[in-house]
Formats: sequence, structure tokens, C-alpha cells
Amino acid sequence: MFLSYFTEQPMSAYPADEGLKEGFTSVMFSNKYYDPVEGSRLFNERIEEYKLADQVGFDGIMVNEHHNAPFCMQARITVMSSILAAITENAKIVQLGNPLPTYDSPLMFAEEIAMIDMISKGRLISGIVRGAGQESVCLNANPAYNRERFNEAHDLLVKTMTDDGPFSWEGEHFQYRVVNPWARVLQKPHPRIWVPGVFSAETIRWAAQHRYPYISLNTPLHLTGDLWQIYDQAALAVGYEPGPENRGYLLRVHVQEDGDKARDNAREFMWMQGEFTGIGHPYWVSPSGYGSSARRLDYAKMANSQVTGSRAAPFEQQLAAREIVAGTPDEVIAELRVVLETCRPSILMLWGNDGGVNHDDSLRCIELMGTEVLPALRDIGDELGLHDPIELDTPVSLALTPPDELNPIEEAADERPEDTSDSRALKMFR
Amino acid sequence: MQTVTTTVAGLGMREFTGGSGDPLVMLHHSFGNPGWMPVHEALAAHYTVHALDLPGYGGTEGSERPDWARHPRDLALLVGQWLRAKDLGPVELVGCGFGGWVAAELATMAPEVLKRLILVGAAGLLPENGRIYDQFLVSHSNYVEAAFSSTEAFEAVYPRNGDESEEHPLGDDTLVAWDMNREMTTRVGWKPYMYNRRLRPLLGGVAVPALVVWGESDAVVPMECARAYVEALPDARLEVVPDCGHAVDLEAPESLAAIITGGKS
Repeated sequence: MFLSYFTEQPMSAYPADEGLKEGFTSVMFSNKYYDPVEGSRLFNERIEEYKLADQVGFDGIMVNEHHNAPFCMQARITVMSSILAAITENAKIVQLGNPLPTYDSPLMFAEEIAMIDMISKGRLISGIVRGAGQESVCLNANPAYNRERFNEAHDLLVKTMTDDGPFSWEGEHFQYRVVNPWARVLQKPHPRIWVPGVFSAETIRWAAQHRYPYISLNTPLHLTGDLWQIYDQAALAVGYEPGPENRGYLLRVHVQEDGDKARDNAREFMWMQGEFTGIGHPYWVSPSGYGSSARRLDYAKMANSQVTGSRAAPFEQQLAAREIVAGTPDEVIAELRVVLETCRPSILMLWGNDGGVNHDDSLRCIELMGTEVLPALRDIGDELGLHDPIELDTPVSLALTPPDELNPIEEAADERPEDTSDSRALKMFR
Repeated sequence: MQTVTTTVAGLGMREFTGGSGDPLVMLHHSFGNPGWMPVHEALAAHYTVHALDLPGYGGTEGSERPDWARHPRDLALLVGQWLRAKDLGPVELVGCGFGGWVAAELATMAPEVLKRLILVGAAGLLPENGRIYDQFLVSHSNYVEAAFSSTEAFEAVYPRNGDESEEHPLGDDTLVAWDMNREMTTRVGWKPYMYNRRLRPLLGGVAVPALVVWGESDAVVPMECARAYVEALPDARLEVVPDCGHAVDLEAPESLAAIITGGKS
């Protein structure tokens, strides 16, 4: 099993009542409420926590990027990755993920990750995402071309990592007369690419078709079966047998010696009404042209409804559904066994601390995870045959899989499960 | 009135057409043309009116989408090709809001296809002081409502569906059409939003007579843009419609028709 630590790096020191008063905490929620003194403290606390996560045996530290919102302090994933490259020794740096379509220069991004891969001595896993619609709004990248930009930036990134320069690139969205960065990735053929998501069928299929593991971000456990069915069908169609090595799962988990304290702290996962991407409007989360046209009416109804709709399920309900796991190490291990048995991922991201959980409790949570939870999870993983892609040394992509290992089949188009694109964005406002 | 589709550059371009007389072409707002409207009917007493759906607009029944189009100028080029394909000769071209921007672009590239340019609350120029109201930060319905001087005026054109228990008072067709139109606007006009720095310097070459019409209470495109158009176009005059919002064509159709026809009987 590949076990990774994660935190959203919440900017918890902001006046939450102001956000509730405004009715949203993203895109347009004024940064006059951002206190850089607190920001500095929080960044440095997170850095100490990451050092500990590295020391106690996590295989990876997952980082991400979001904009204009207190739910995540990281405005640039490669900045925190660079810091991790220098201050950690063992853990992989797992970027989940880089919002490629929002970057105007994928080449500059390719240079950055080559530097990070070298400085970290080959510890980079470079995940890629389309980015929620609000990221497109904040960085002013056209949401209607999000998919086009994602595909083109991906192709350019892979070519830059695998081919010698100089070459030129004449795409629809990106043009370079010379691609020849004097920074090359250390890992060959290139660092692994993982694709996180919140159950967009289109993205699940895309990941499967490229043989990139799909990391499901805290989606309801009972739906993961449907999710892997979509993945597996697409994988078999392009000619490889998928398994746990293609599957990842991110889950909110908090551990303390005292189970009640752990559950109290875990309530902080609900800090923003339980909406971990912050509170926003549908027309920011999923602007016109960003989502699947099959969902247009649903989306338009929601976008134009003046009611904000229901938010996340209550804490107790999420605890019961194992969407949040909290307790003593033994309690958490027992719960996570069920999660592993149900979801069968080989990659598990433990989202440990959120909201206002203080630094000391965060450190203790990480330490208990390292000393007690991780060893138990590794045993369970072995017992269940959950072997991760690094352990199995699987090819990093379909393109880099030897053709004689592939056995593509005709896909019956009409047997595809219904498109569930943007279900997260839609669910949010129901 | 009839619906006519003409193939241009491999795309079906749809129009509602009716009336008789010299040709008058109308280009709609970014939220689309709701149909054969009172303004079309009023103008049809004097002209053969062609209410054209810009390519990619008009909902599922509207014009086909040019996936390659990335700027309003691309739409202006298609409108120019459409005029030539129909052999309409020099026309009077009325552009409303976003359609006004497309009309102004077409005027700079092919003034010979125009007899007169009529801009109604036209986007296309960057205001120096105010700001063009950004639809991408608000809901579809809030944006369209902002194009009217009052909720009553908005609901006169987009009536509630009568079922107050429904989550949303507007019909599904309207919502889907608005979203498809917004997607097309996103494709060609995401940024810079609703202006082209290269338009103003070219307006000086548009020697055809121009009429600029603005709603006094336009909350979408500031009145300073009306004055900028009048200054930049060599032969233009301004008409302000009192107590009217941005969508003069929809809110005050009789007034707009009277201004355009100028008492013509």
C-alpha cells in the first residue's frame, strides 16, 4: 500500500461569520479578511507537520492548489512541492493535482517539476487535474476550453519530459518556437502521473485510458464500486487488466489517544459547512461550458435557483457512512479495514487535519498515524492484495506500456454507465 | 414570419424573417434572441426583417456552432459571409449589446455591405471609468434581469412559468437556451471581457451613417461607451431612450422601432 498524508492547509484564522454573512467563501470573498501574520504562522506549522509525516513513515505527502478561498492556503502547488523537496527525506511529493488548464505556460510548469524531481532526488508524483470551475474564474482561464487546454498541456508536458529538445509546439492553446528546457526530470521515463477527481465519469475514463491511477477524493464509499466499474471498462478496452494499483482513495481521518477528543477534532472537517471546496455559487464551481452538456438542464436550474440548497450531510451521518473516520488508533484501524475491503485501493490518502485543529493535536495525530495506523494498514493491504503501482513497478502510462503487453478490445458504447460528470458540483447545491 | 436556415462555411445559420421592404438585419444580445419579438413585428411594417441567430446561439434549434470560432470577430466574418450568401445587398444592420459589438466589427471589415449601422447598447469598447457588467460572475437570470430597468420589465419578456412551487420560475427551455448561449459567449468572449482594443482605431473608417441608441438606465454597458462610439464613428448620432435599461429592443420595442424608422411610414 502507498499511504500518504494530506491536509488542505486551511486558512482557519479568518472570521468565518463574515463568510456566512456573505453566503460564499470563494472567488469573491474579500481578502481583506486574510491576516498574513496568521498566514505566516499557519504555513510554518504545516511545514513542521510535513517534516514529522516524513519521519514517521508516510510514503507520500499530498499537496494541492486552490485560489481565492480560505479552505486551502496553497496558491501554487509547485512552491510547497519545492519546499518539501528540500525539507523531507523519504516521502514522495504527491501533487494532486496541478490544475493544468489554468496555466498559461505549461512549459514553465514542466521546468518547475523537473527542478522539483531533481532536488527531491526523484520523489515527485505529478498529478494533474482540470481544476474546479472556480479556479478557471480566479485565474481567468476560459472554462469552455478547460478540457482542450488540459489535453494539450498534458501532451506537451509528457513530450517535454520524454523527448529531447529542441522541438517546436504549435497547438490550439499553446505555441512555442523552442521547447528545450535545461531542466530534465530525474525519474525515467518520467515521474508518475496520478489523476484525482470527484467522480466525473469523463475524467475517470480519461485516466483509465492513459493508465494513470485515479484517486477518488472522499467520494461516498458506497459509490466507489460504480466508479471502478467505469475505470475498469475503459482500461480493458485499451488493453490492460486494471486492479488495486490503479485505484486511490482520499479519506478524512483523525486520530488521538482519546477517541472522544479525536471525534471532537474531526468535527473541524465540517468547518466550512462541510463543503471542503468552500461555499460558492454553481456558476463559479461549474461555469457554462465547463461541465458535461448532458447535465445542462440540471446545472442551469441549480445555477438560477436563488436558494442555496442543502449542504453536506451532518457529521454523525458522515461518520456512520465512513466518509469521516475518527477515533483511537484501534478504532480507526477497524474502520479503515472496512474502507479498504469495500473500496480496494492500493493508494490511500489520509486527510488528517482540517479547520481549526491546533498544531499540537495535528502533530499528535500524524505521530499516531505513523506509529500505529500505518503499520496496521500495511498488513491489511498485504492481506487484501492491495499492491501499489510503485511496488509493482507498473508502466507509468499506457503510451509507455510495451505494445505486446496490451490486448485492446472493442468497447460496447451503449453499455457505458450514465455520465455523472460534475456530480460533486451538482450535489453541492441540492 | 418564417424560419430560414442558410448554409455558410458549412454551418446552418438560422433566422426568423418577416415583413417587406428593404432588408434590415438584427443581431441579438449574448443571452440570445427569444424569438420573433415585438420589435421585429414593429420593424416588419417597414422592412424585411432578418432576425439572425449568431452562429452557436439560439439553443438546440438555433444556428450550428462553429467550434473554431474564438472571438466575436469570427462571428462577424460569418455574418458577412451570410450576407453575401443571401445576396441581400447593403443592409441596415442593428446590433444589440453583444450583437452590437459583432455588428461594429463587421462594419470595420466590410462597410460596403451596410447601408446603415445601428448600435443598441453595444459592447465592444472598454469603458474608461465604468465597467461592463460581468455575466460570468452572476447567474443567467440575474444577468438577463440586469439588462432591464425593472423586474416587471424583465418578467414581461421572460414570464414566470406560473408554478410558484417550482424551484425556479423560468421554463426549462429558457434555462437551457440561456446556458447554451452563455457557453458560446464564453467560447468567443471570455477575456478580455466584452471589448476589443483593436476596434476603436478602426471605427474611423466606417463611413456609413450610424445611429447609436442607448437605454437611459443601461446597467450593463455604461453610457460612456455610447459617447465613445459616437466620437469614433465619422457619421454617427446618439438617441437615448428614457426609463429604459440595456435591452432596449426587448424593453421598449416600439420606441426603438420608431427611432430606427425615424417616422418612416
